[in-house]
Amino acid sequence: MHSISLALNGKPVHGQVEGRTLLVEFIRESRGLTGTHVGCDTSQCGACVVSVNGKAVKSCTVFAVACDGAEITTIEGLAKGVDLHPMQVAFKEHHGLQCGFCTPGMIMASIDIVKRHGKSVDEETIRRELSGNICRCTGYHNIVKAVQAGAANM
Amino acid sequence: MASATGVGASVRRKEDLRFITGKGQYTDDINLKDQAFAYFLRSPHPHAKIKSINTAKAAKMAGVVGIYTSVDVAKDKIGGLICGWGITSKDGSAMKAGPHPILAEGKVRYVGDHVAVVVADTKEQAKAAAAAIQVSYETLAHVVDAAKAMTSKVQVHDVAPDNRVFNWGLGNEAETDAAFKRAAHVTKLDIINNRLIPNAMEPRAAIGAYDAGTESYTLYTTSQNPHVARLVISAFHGLAPEHKLRVIAPDVGGGFGSKIFIYAEEVVCVWASKHAGRPVKWTGDRSEAFLADAHGRDHVTKAELATDANGKIIGLRVHTIAAMGAYLSTFSAAVPTYLYGTLLSGQYNIPAVYVTVDAVYTNTAPVDAYRGAGRPEATYVVERLVETAARELREDPAEFRRKNFVTQFPHQTPVIMCYDVGDYGAALDKALAMSDYKNFASRKAESAKNGKLRGVGLSAYIEACGIAPSAAVGSLGAGVGLWESAEVRVNPIGTVEILTGSHSHGQGHETTFAQLVSDRLGVDINSVSIVHGDTDKVQMGMGTYGSRSGAVGMHAISKALDKVVAKAKKVAAAVMEASADDVVFQDGSFTVKGTDKKMAFGEVALQSYLGHKFNSSEIEIGLKESAFHDPANFVFPAGVHICEVEVDPDTGHTTIAAYTCVDDFGNLINPMIVEGQVHGGIAQGIGQALLEGCIYDEESGQLLTGSFMDYAMPRAGYMPNLADFKLGFTCTPCPTNPMGIKGCGEAGAIGSPPAVINAITNAIGVREISMPATPLTVWNAMQASGMKKAAE
Amino acid sequence: MENFNYHRPATTTAAVALLKKSKDGKFLAGGHTLIPTMKQGLAAPRDVIDLTAIKGFSGIKVSKTMVTIKAGTTHQDVTMSKDVNKAIPALAQMVGKIGGVHVRHKGTIGGSLANNDPAADYPSACLGLGATIETNKRKIEADKFFTGMFETALKNDEIIIAVHFPIPKKASHQKFPNPASRYAMVGVFVSQDGKGKTRVGVTGAAPCVFRAVEVEAALNEEFSAKAASAVKISAKGLLSDMHASAAYRAHLLSVLAGRAVAAA
Repeated sequence: MHSISLALNGKPVHGQVEGRTLLVEFIRESRGLTGTHVGCDTSQCGACVVSVNGKAVKSCTVFAVACDGAEITTIEGLAKGVDLHPMQVAFKEHHGLQCGFCTPGMIMASIDIVKRHGKSVDEETIRRELSGNICRCTGYHNIVKAVQAGAANM
Repeated sequence: MASATGVGASVRRKEDLRFITGKGQYTDDINLKDQAFAYFLRSPHPHAKIKSINTAKAAKMAGVVGIYTSVDVAKDKIGGLICGWGITSKDGSAMKAGPHPILAEGKVRYVGDHVAVVVADTKEQAKAAAAAIQVSYETLAHVVDAAKAMTSKVQVHDVAPDNRVFNWGLGNEAETDAAFKRAAHVTKLDIINNRLIPNAMEPRAAIGAYDAGTESYTLYTTSQNPHVARLVISAFHGLAPEHKLRVIAPDVGGGFGSKIFIYAEEVVCVWASKHAGRPVKWTGDRSEAFLADAHGRDHVTKAELATDANGKIIGLRVHTIAAMGAYLSTFSAAVPTYLYGTLLSGQYNIPAVYVTVDAVYTNTAPVDAYRGAGRPEATYVVERLVETAARELREDPAEFRRKNFVTQFPHQTPVIMCYDVGDYGAALDKALAMSDYKNFASRKAESAKNGKLRGVGLSAYIEACGIAPSAAVGSLGAGVGLWESAEVRVNPIGTVEILTGSHSHGQGHETTFAQLVSDRLGVDINSVSIVHGDTDKVQMGMGTYGSRSGAVGMHAISKALDKVVAKAKKVAAAVMEASADDVVFQDGSFTVKGTDKKMAFGEVALQSYLGHKFNSSEIEIGLKESAFHDPANFVFPAGVHICEVEVDPDTGHTTIAAYTCVDDFGNLINPMIVEGQVHGGIAQGIGQALLEGCIYDEESGQLLTGSFMDYAMPRAGYMPNLADFKLGFTCTPCPTNPMGIKGCGEAGAIGSPPAVINAITNAIGVREISMPATPLTVWNAMQASGMKKAAE
Repeated sequence: MENFNYHRPATTTAAVALLKKSKDGKFLAGGHTLIPTMKQGLAAPRDVIDLTAIKGFSGIKVSKTMVTIKAGTTHQDVTMSKDVNKAIPALAQMVGKIGGVHVRHKGTIGGSLANNDPAADYPSACLGLGATIETNKRKIEADKFFTGMFETALKNDEIIIAVHFPIPKKASHQKFPNPASRYAMVGVFVSQDGKGKTRVGVTGAAPCVFRAVEVEAALNEEFSAKAASAVKISAKGLLSDMHASAAYRAHLLSVLAGRAVAAA
């Protein structure tokens, strides 16, 4: 077992993990933050995307032990109290979700896109940059709209 | 009442807050105290005898609570999985249903079949112990290709020597043969409807928990219909009577049909929880979903369309071989029969239709309903044939369709369905206008300048949903009635809880159902909550599939609301000292005709519970009503899809250049949500047409497309751009429900595949191409046609 | 997944020592191949040696003639690097097409090269640019580095330190992704150096990345798209699977080579 300390959604967290414990398992099972989802086992679907040290990564393909000392933000850490993050607002406003399962990963990935490409990120870039996130419900149409709108308000 | 939150408004979804903040509660998010974990040992072989299973070594491994096999199933007399729809063959014989045990008994029949289950303290321990179970197999020859099943020497089930589950027919054979005899032209196509893997983003999961104190079970499960799960687990598996089994389907991450069915894993978790004395949790991983979720489609069809000298369709003849997989899943038998053959008349006035279907066992995962279920297969046959016929007859495909449209309603087709209402020409006109169909040639020329081949394809679909009239489906073999139930509980302060047997797993019921209630009772939409997915809360229900929650589920709510209003009127009349006949309810207020007396809905609710101002021996205390609704007919959404593609002739890569879809769903409750359903359905249809195809290796019987690495899912970049993706609506209100609505959940997936394939065949100038039209497939087709041309 | 001993050495020397000491050790340099493989049970190393904490293991240096990328540099850092974009835009663009952005945030050049997946992108750039792979022991020319499917010239006590890419006169990369995995079904990296010499690295088409020498020869005669795509590529030895036949891959190679030359 390894001891790890990290900042999870701004709060210091300490835990004991095995080498093989994935970051998503630590977040969901040890910390009880179940907003981060697992939709596949081949690092393709993106339902598990979280931010590690400011970068969107697939938490199913990172060992928790390797995140010792990291700052991690999950979907639960986006809103400030009752004030939602502009990207969360945009997903609701533009009906960018249906079953909601891919949504946390989509929102985390979308915020990361805007961080790198700015407020006026174009449609083509959004579609290309969402290639690592799979949604089965929306056909992506309203997700793309939501990302554009969320970007403008970030 | 037209309000910002009433019927017809694009109200933002009430359920979204929990999903966008990570507070949704899916089955895997639930953890019960002291739970153990199940891991299923699955068959590595497509077909084999199980000679022995030795669990001795595995049982001694760390953390193992129990290991169970078919021996334990037999000891406890746990029944097998059922197919809830019986189909009768043309010769009058019943369909040949082989046994479907929850853990394989003596034989495995597909790669992924359930051999044993290990319950252990942790997932990893369960998996490690499963790897230590020694199974001795005697492998048998297998068949994975539906087309070869009936002539194969392999026998999947003893009960079906030629692997044929049934040989079913519908329509008028003699009239159809006669039509073909007098036809001026016959168009023939061989069509494969590719096998699909549903891939809802949330993998299936279950937690079974036994309470020894009350001798009752609870099952948390990823289900589209928890009440049906309870019914089947009680009545057929015999685990517990219904009042001792609670089934909860919490937030469910998409279904598309695949979560209708009762699967082995869920039943095993319930059963094992009593043996283990602890809750037993199973969360499927994606690889298991690929192997063992029920797949969709997989039809091999020969189809012919007969036209007279005026280009009028006079007959349609279809023979289909439909794969059922290794076992008959819950609704499987209904899909290639009454959900398929009955739609083969399409939007067209076809006097003679005849279809025969051979359903066959194969050594693959079971096949059952997947978004559209039978109707996409029917639409694909009809719309590929019609488009091809138009091209052969050198008629404009749009006008060829128009002149064959049904125009008088009601219209009785030769294949059971009676279309109640529609205006197919209106949808076609609108779609042609929105897509700027008349200027296609200039866009084609523009594409050619960029070295691309542009093509256009149409699809005029009709489907039957809002399933279904109980007596009618009962006469056709259904094991259940397909009504829906609802309960309206008005609280003393005027807030409202709606208990519904429908289940939302992305459809937005918490919003749309509340819109109806808000409209009808004049209460704020935020004062309405929708309760679903729990058999202890909602008395009974049939669940959500077949685009039925609007037309059937909301209709039940509407009926219960009528009863609430009638009762409230009595209370209001008593309180206002008026005759109930003089009380008018409008915009949330009760008034007495010809007076200024007025009570708000909330006040009446309170008075209903106080009982101070009326005689409670005449008017019962309280304000709570329930209703069951059994639909009078199916509902018939219809519309037109027009797809334009660009094919790169160098690589065979296809891009959706423009997509237009016009639907007639009757009245819309929430246009935003309806459009979302259409976008998603079309994405799945584009997926089927361009990307998705489940492949089993013929030689090894292994699933080759077993992960997202090999099974291509639609991604954001595969869909048409925002500006090029246009949706429109026409409206002929449905006459059989008071909202005038039709179903919208499956239409996109039903209408789109033929539009895409018609566009590709148009672009590259070939007659036929198989789905998915991957770059390889398109390139091969171009090579073949090029070579043919060169040879000519 | 089988459990393992996790190590996070601070130096390459320590990393190599750990690997040598382990009966069955694996370097972790990003993990997007190793971790899914371990999840499937196809790899179960006793020791996982995480290279990401090694000091000075990542970074980019650009001189007049050479782009040097240290082994631990992530794909995202490479594709976003202004210096790389200026010196060899084709390389930066190619790296921007590896996986999705979440993968690029973790994946590293060293990990990609050491793994030598037949459909990975970096190997084609190494061959297409004539890169040199520097290890803790030696410098290896790209032409001698990729020895077979998932196989390289690396010895057990060897670890990639950096990769040196000569800056070409012109270069372009064209990729035709597998519709499911987004890996290259065929990827072609074409460059021409100051002396007019052409290199064509091809990935995804065969069990191991290779140079399309026939195309190079044609382009050395005449550096034109027409010349590139006119070369008839033999399907012999190319991969054939459900996504693409060998003949189709051969055809794509020609098409992409032509496009790469046109875009270079």
